[in-house]
Amino acid sequence: MTTDPFSADYPALISIRNLSHNYGKLQALKTLDYDIFTGQFNALLGANGAGKSTLFNLLAGLLRPQQGQFDYLNQPMTSPGADYLANLGIVFQQSTLDPDLTVGQNLHYHASLHGFSRKQARSRIEEELERLNLQDRIKDTVRSLNGGHKRRVEIARALLHQPGFLMLDEATVGLDLSTRKQLTQYLHQRCKQEGLTVLWTTHLIEEIEASDPVMVLHKGTARFSGISHQVIQDAGVADLTDLIEQLTASHAPETITGSETANNSGKTNQSI
Amino acid sequence: MSSDSATVPASKQSPHASKQSLPASRQSPTAFQQASPTFRPPSEVSPLIRQWQPGVIGYWRTFTGITQREFLRFIQQRTRFFSALIRPLLWLIVFAAGFRAVLGVSIMPPYGTYITYQVYIAPGLIAMIILFNAMQSALSMVYDREMGSMKVLLTSPQPRSFLLFSKLMATALVALPQIYAFLLIAWFVDVDPPWSGYLAVLPACLLVSLMLGSIGLFISSFIRQLENFAGVMNFVIFPMFFLSSALYPLWKMQEAGPVLYAICTANPFTHAVELIRFSLYGELDITSLALVFAITLAFLTLAVLSFDPQKGILRNKKR
Repeated sequence: MTTDPFSADYPALISIRNLSHNYGKLQALKTLDYDIFTGQFNALLGANGAGKSTLFNLLAGLLRPQQGQFDYLNQPMTSPGADYLANLGIVFQQSTLDPDLTVGQNLHYHASLHGFSRKQARSRIEEELERLNLQDRIKDTVRSLNGGHKRRVEIARALLHQPGFLMLDEATVGLDLSTRKQLTQYLHQRCKQEGLTVLWTTHLIEEIEASDPVMVLHKGTARFSGISHQVIQDAGVADLTDLIEQLTASHAPETITGSETANNSGKTNQSI
Repeated sequence: MSSDSATVPASKQSPHASKQSLPASRQSPTAFQQASPTFRPPSEVSPLIRQWQPGVIGYWRTFTGITQREFLRFIQQRTRFFSALIRPLLWLIVFAAGFRAVLGVSIMPPYGTYITYQVYIAPGLIAMIILFNAMQSALSMVYDREMGSMKVLLTSPQPRSFLLFSKLMATALVALPQIYAFLLIAWFVDVDPPWSGYLAVLPACLLVSLMLGSIGLFISSFIRQLENFAGVMNFVIFPMFFLSSALYPLWKMQEAGPVLYAICTANPFTHAVELIRFSLYGELDITSLALVFAITLAFLTLAVLSFDPQKGILRNKKR
């Protein structure tokens, strides 16, 4: 039994191969290779403009790959199909809840998009809200909730249809430290206990645990990937903040010495 | 159905939490309630694969869910109901009353006798209610797209064409209470079609609403900003309404000039108005029906294509 995601026999839920995307002349992603590991809290780090949202939109099916592809369970996803989308939960960076409707109405709407009956939806909504301590907010309008509660509702909604893969795009922006910690702890717990695969895009590094697989995206390319503490060690930096700061500094290539990416077979490649 | 056929691991089935004395969400921020205690090492975890088999019932549930949301939003925005009603009533009661003396309308199908101007413009005003409703809804999709709730719709597993059709149909159904409220008030100013007309106008209104909704949806895919509703008013709603048979019969337009007549005949809104006019008097205008149906199909196809991720929605959006 292996618990190291970067060992050869660890399963990848999503394998991104040679993926590129341009907006006109602006190249957002450049021949990206990246594995999203099953049952792990996969952290996608990068400063603003690194290409995180583009990758996120590609994986959500809101953009189509212009070059390269991603595989879901070894099946190429040129156009994400219903089976993929039925197993995908998404929390977008901006709130996508209807502010004038109640928490319950918003969640029922989402359940209907996934073909749930009222009864099934009711039981799932109660279950998810209870887990996030929101059960007595079901009749409140979303407008009346604070930022942290709204985020929790969004997470409950994204997990309502019991997806195996949950993507969150900068889900903790604007939240206070304790709420951020609670949310990441909660999702780490669900990864460990239920095998949920999480893709967590962020620029806030304190949300990542030392054993999480991390990929550092910079200017559309994977600059580092590996287990969080290993990446820090390989890059010869104090922590991930330091790494991001050095990458975004204009003299980045000179300051970083041991930059490496690890691929799925456990070998390492020089990336800079 | 998706959740029926779900492969749910044992650990997912019972997310229990012990009951606590205080309402949990009112408590101080501690960690959320513990999930099931069953630990599954990552290597033993197989991806949770659910076969997506919605079936007819799944489609129906999605459709009713989308419709319900539209109605809930409509109820939330009560002012929208009144403004949607005030506009055609002003035309009916103020404008038409003034023009009644100037414009006599002679006997023409589907009317069996001389009619007042109010009776003539009532179907056009029904079409106007639908036009505003459809355009407002299409524009709200621009808003939804900016705010992201359209992304939620587009990342759900049902086919995109079905989702957009459901959204348009929901908009069409939301317009119905407005139309019947208008017809009720119009009855007091002697617009009294036969009772069969009140029923026959319903499918006609739904079809017209689908047509105008898909035109609106197509136009909205080119609009990047919400503020452009003023532009839509000037360049879409007003020309469509005035260059049609809503306010004047086509033969009057023909008298005014061949160019004006040609434009009015080519305007899809003219055929929408005529379809509603005939159905309100229990008759079927086959030409209008065929044209409205064909235009609906064409624009629905264009609208669905414009929401293709490669071509529409996020086409020019920077990361």
